[in-house]
Order: sequence, then C-alpha cells, then structure tokens
Amino acid sequence: MTMIQALRSAMDVMLERDNNVVVYGQDVGYFGGVFRCTDGLQAKYGKNRVFDAPISEGGIVGTAVGMAAYGLRPVVEIQFADYFYPASDQIVSEAARLRYRSAGEFTAAMTIRMPCGGGIYGGQTHSQSPEAMFTHVCGLRTVMPSNPYDAKGLLISCIENDDPVIFLEPKRLYNGPFDGHHDQPVVPWSKHPLGEVPEGYYTVPLDKASIFREGAALTVITYGTMVFVSDAAARETGIDAEIIDLRSIWPLDLDTIVNSVKKTGRCVVVHEATRTSGFGAELCALVQEHCFYHLEAPIERVTGWDTPYPHAQEWAYFPGPDRVGEAFKRAMGV
Amino acid sequence: MNQSKPLTLHVPEPTGRPGCKTDFSYLHLSAAGAAPRPPVDVLAADTAELASTLVRVLDDDGNAVGPWAPEIDSDMLRFGLRTMMKTRIFDARMVIAQRQKKMSFYMTSLGEEAIGTAHALALQDGDMNFPTYRQQSLLMARNFSLVEMICQLLSNERDPLKGRQLPVMYSVREKGFFTISGNLATQFVQAVGWAMASAIKGDTKIASGWIGDGATAESDFNTALTFAHVYQAPVILNVVNNQWAISTFQALAGGESVTFAARGVGSGIASLRVDGNDFLAVYAASKWAAERARSNLGPTLIEWVTYRAGPHSTSDDPSKYRPADDWAHFPLGDPIARLRKHLTLKGLWSDAEHEATQAELEAEIVAAQKEAEQFGTLANGRVPSAASMFEDVYKDMPEHLRRQRQQLGV
Repeated sequence: MTMIQALRSAMDVMLERDNNVVVYGQDVGYFGGVFRCTDGLQAKYGKNRVFDAPISEGGIVGTAVGMAAYGLRPVVEIQFADYFYPASDQIVSEAARLRYRSAGEFTAAMTIRMPCGGGIYGGQTHSQSPEAMFTHVCGLRTVMPSNPYDAKGLLISCIENDDPVIFLEPKRLYNGPFDGHHDQPVVPWSKHPLGEVPEGYYTVPLDKASIFREGAALTVITYGTMVFVSDAAARETGIDAEIIDLRSIWPLDLDTIVNSVKKTGRCVVVHEATRTSGFGAELCALVQEHCFYHLEAPIERVTGWDTPYPHAQEWAYFPGPDRVGEAFKRAMGV
Repeated sequence: MNQSKPLTLHVPEPTGRPGCKTDFSYLHLSAAGAAPRPPVDVLAADTAELASTLVRVLDDDGNAVGPWAPEIDSDMLRFGLRTMMKTRIFDARMVIAQRQKKMSFYMTSLGEEAIGTAHALALQDGDMNFPTYRQQSLLMARNFSLVEMICQLLSNERDPLKGRQLPVMYSVREKGFFTISGNLATQFVQAVGWAMASAIKGDTKIASGWIGDGATAESDFNTALTFAHVYQAPVILNVVNNQWAISTFQALAGGESVTFAARGVGSGIASLRVDGNDFLAVYAASKWAAERARSNLGPTLIEWVTYRAGPHSTSDDPSKYRPADDWAHFPLGDPIARLRKHLTLKGLWSDAEHEATQAELEAEIVAAQKEAEQFGTLANGRVPSAASMFEDVYKDMPEHLRRQRQQLGV
C-alpha cells in the first residue's frame, strides 16, 4: 500500500470495528479527500459516519470536541497542517484540557489528521511542519509516521487512544519514500518493504520510537520525511549513524533515545520545521539532560531555516542529505 | 467630481454613562401577548419577524397573556420561583464569602435567574447544556448539591475538580452541565457537535448551547450557527443578551440597530427574541425550541433579552462605566418580582410564603456553606494535594509527568 492507502485502510478498519468512529472534514466525504485518503469510505459507511464539512477548522475541531464529549470517536481532517491555526483555540483550550479541567468527567478521544511537511513546492501554506505548536500543549499527543506500515498501525492506535491526538502525515511520503534527492525519480511504496501493509487490524504502539537504521557512530533523532533524508546522509557520508524514527513526537520514547546516545556519544537532531523553539530544541535539551556525561561532541541540529517556507528556494530551504551529512561530519569531528 | 468629506470612524456608545440615565428605547419592546406563536415546524425564513419583536407572556399586572402563555402546573411554577430565589441568595452569599477571602473569585447572575431556571425545566434528563459561567441557575433547577458547588468555589479538599479550576467553572455531567471553560464561545460549537453526535447515533437527546451578547463577536458563534444549520443539529442556541460584556455595551458586539436573533435567521435557523425576565416566556420558548429539536426539525436560536444587574464579576466595578441605578430603569424589570406577582395573582403564593421561603433558603445555603467549609477554604490552605495536579492531563500519566511529580517531591 501507499501511505494514502494505508491511512484509508486504518480508517476503514476502525469505522468497521467501532460504531462510534466518525470521519469528517473538508472534501472528505463524497469526493474522498483532496489526497484520496478517505476515498470510498462514505460509499461504504454512509453519510452519517463519513461526511463533508464546511470550510471551518474551528468548527471541525469544535464539533469534534462536542462529539467526543458525547462519546463518539471523531477522526477529523484539517486539509493542510498550515490551516490548523483557526482551530488553535479549540485544540489548545478545549480538546487538550477537557479531561483535566473536568477531572475526567468529559474526555476528548479524538484524532485530528493533518497533512504536513514540505518538499513538494507547496510554498508558504502547503509545506509547514507545526509540530512544535502541539508538543508545547499539555494534554495533546503528537504523532507522525514515516511509512505506510507505521501510518496504518499508528493511526489505529491513535483512534483507539482516549487522549486527543494530532496525527501529522508527511504528504511528501504519501506516494513513496523521499530522501531529499529531488532530482531523482521517486520510487513508489510498492517497491519498498515498508509498503507491505496487512489488510486487517493491527497496531503500532504509541510512545515507542523505532530504530530505522542501527549504527554505532552517532545517533540521529528524527521523524517523518527526514528519516529517509538522514538515511541517505548516512549512506553518502559512510558514517555509521543510528537513526531513530520517533513516530510519537510527544509524549516520546525517551529510553530509546537515551540508550542510543549513551552508546554512540554523539547526537544529531533533524527536522523540517524552523529551528528556533522548534521541537529539536526540546530534543537537544533532553539529550543534554540525560546523556551529558556520555556526549563527546555538541549536539547538532539540522532544521528548516527561520523563515517562512519559500516556493522557488524549496531545495535551499529543505534540509537535504548534503546539509544533514555535513552535520554528521561536524558531530564526528571530521 | 464630488468633494468628499473626511471619513469618520463610528464607535458605538451606550446612552447611559455614570451620572446619566440610559435610554432603553433601543430595546424595541413589544407588549405581552403581541408576538405570534408559529408551529414548531416553521421555516427559518418565516421567523424573521419573531427575531425582531419580543416574545412576552407576563403583562405589567402579572397576567399571562397571548399565544405563548404556557401550560405549566402550579408545582413547577412554585419550584421555578423558589429556584430563582435560591440562585439569587446563593450568589449574594458567595459574594460575601469572596469578600471574606474564603474564595478568590465569584460571578453572580443577578437579574438573569429566570433564563437558566425555566430553560432547565423545559429540557429533559439526559439533554446536555453547554453553559457559560453565568448559568448557575441550570444547576439550581436540577437540584445539584450546593455543598459540592461551594466546595468547587472554595477549591477545597472536596472540590470535585480537585482545585484545578477557577471558581464558578463547574462541571456536572450527571446534571447535563458541560465543563465550563474560560475561553469564550468555544462551548457554542461543542454543543452543536454534541447534538450532531446524538443525531448520528439516532438518540433522542438534544443539546443546549449558551453564549453572552459580547461573546457573539467570537468566531465560534458564527461557526456554531453554520454547523447547526448545515447539519440541522438538534440544538438550542441561547444568546443571553444582558446588554453588557464587562464594560462594553452590547452595541459594540454588533447589536446596534439589529438583534442577535436576526443572526440566526440570516444563518437559516429559526429564531426567537424573548423577554429573558419573563419566566413563563422563557419556559414556553424553551419548550418550543426543545420540541423542534427533538422532533428532528432542526436548531433554534433564542436571544434572551435581559439585563446584567450585578457587577460582571467580583473583580469588576460597574459604577465606572454605567449608571448606578440602571437596573431600576430596565423596562423588563426583575424576573423574581414578576413571577412572584403572577403567582400571587393566581393565589399560588403569598408575602408570608415568600418571606418564609427566603428564610428557609438562606438557612439552607448557610448550612451548605458551613458543611463545605469543613473541607477547607482557600484561606486556610486545605486544598487538594499537589500530587493530584499531575493527574488527568492524559488518561494514563506519561513518564515525563511522573518525573515532574517526583521532582516536586509529592
């Protein structure tokens, strides 16, 4: 399956398994989503379960909070992560705090899917990576898969989870893995082992990172598209990097990170999002706090620049394998 | 070419400021009994007139007149009056407790007691209200425990919300009272979503959303109307127009020369504008809207015209922005006095009974306060444990919160 098919399959499985699951958002119903992620679901489950919504992110998330308070499990879509901002109040002030402020009387078991990330000539409002906007909010879970297998298993876990989850989908990875070499043809998921996805129900646990590539020289902490970019950088520099795909960005799997950095003594954090106060800052702080005496070099950060996401300068902005590889070399002192 | 004059910015002002008298003619009132009562399956467009006139039942003499005069039994009327009195006495008592520093903050609903009380009586068990911070009368009408309410206000060891919430931000699921948020208008959309959920599941429950005149300017007001209309959600959308948003007159929220009920009609929602100080009109309009929703005829918007008689909160001094005697001139009067007059006229109430009820309720509230204070007050520091601060952020406490709790040493 592609990541699109895997995500659709996850929603299909959960719509089948749990009558309280409902799916809605802009263009999600009849049309099946602008990225085809909900294609065919309305025809299969009916308009009561899968439906189109007005263009109102605050309304989509706000009604979902009300539905979750009733006892449904809404899986709602924001068409692009760049457009979640009008729903900020409902996400931060309501969904994230419902359980806390009501001492558990009301809960918000809901999943908000948002296609995110750049590398597609999306310009300013079709490329952003706003994960740090969510990781800073107590009460939210933030999750991002990097491949079809994880996408389906993680999405099912998120839908079943009783906390509100922000589920970020790197649209650059929808049809195939992407390592930053934009001048080379994209290989489809059908030619990649992680494109093998079971048809039925399975889960990938939350709060568990995966080691995408084992290595001994340095630890790379990353997620989403940057997993493949980091892998390319390891191949191209010949540096034996251990690449951790966080999968659950927050709360995260601290043990896997700490064990790896203690083993390698070096750490590079990679994300597409802008640098300052990005999630990488939290990762650097955690590694510094927990692995200080094992560190043999300063922690490196490779990120998007502190600029809005540009159009024409896409590949000067996007942290490609060359920039990531340079950071690997700096961390190795070579 | 015409010579244009310089443009000017229009900033609405209330007619009455401190030391002046408010000209309430802007309210465009109708006589009791004058507004027609359409069938519950009325088309939204056909409610345009009702959205600009005023549904009233009680006339100046205390008679129930016109097509909206509800069928309501004597016990319910007497309970309604008693509940409004209870709300008012409770509010007054809690203001004193705030001044005594037993609690940090309070907000009264003085003058608005009829709206929540009569509305609650028109709903059924299982329906869910999405209130603001000024619908405590909903809880009073549902006979919620005063002790628990006061424990929440005191943030004490028995506070059902474990000291996490500012006073007044109650959450009482069992009484159909959704957790109150400090963020204005958010619950208006959530009410629509809850109603959509009830419809999705083929349930028979309905939702009731609440918002003030000032908060209608928030984007979630518009959002709620759009979603309620699009999905024909079984929801009642209540706009409590008490003329004031803290210091801001309702004209500044967009109420100048237009009613808030008219917004509903513009969004394709059947809408009413109702005398919020007329217990019978509130009950009748709420019943009408509830029947529409429960019959799958869609949402209703109701603008309740009332007056915020008290300060916005215990942190507010209204004498700095409006006339001190404003409420005395408000043409729709006092909801308790008006229902009392009606019941007295019908022989269902007497001055002696009123005084006895007043004394009895005062004693009940004093006793509840005493009981609640046994579990601590903000002043004596008997508050929920600091360890409980880390609970309920997530369903299960994640590792980082366990570490932080340990760091606090609790």
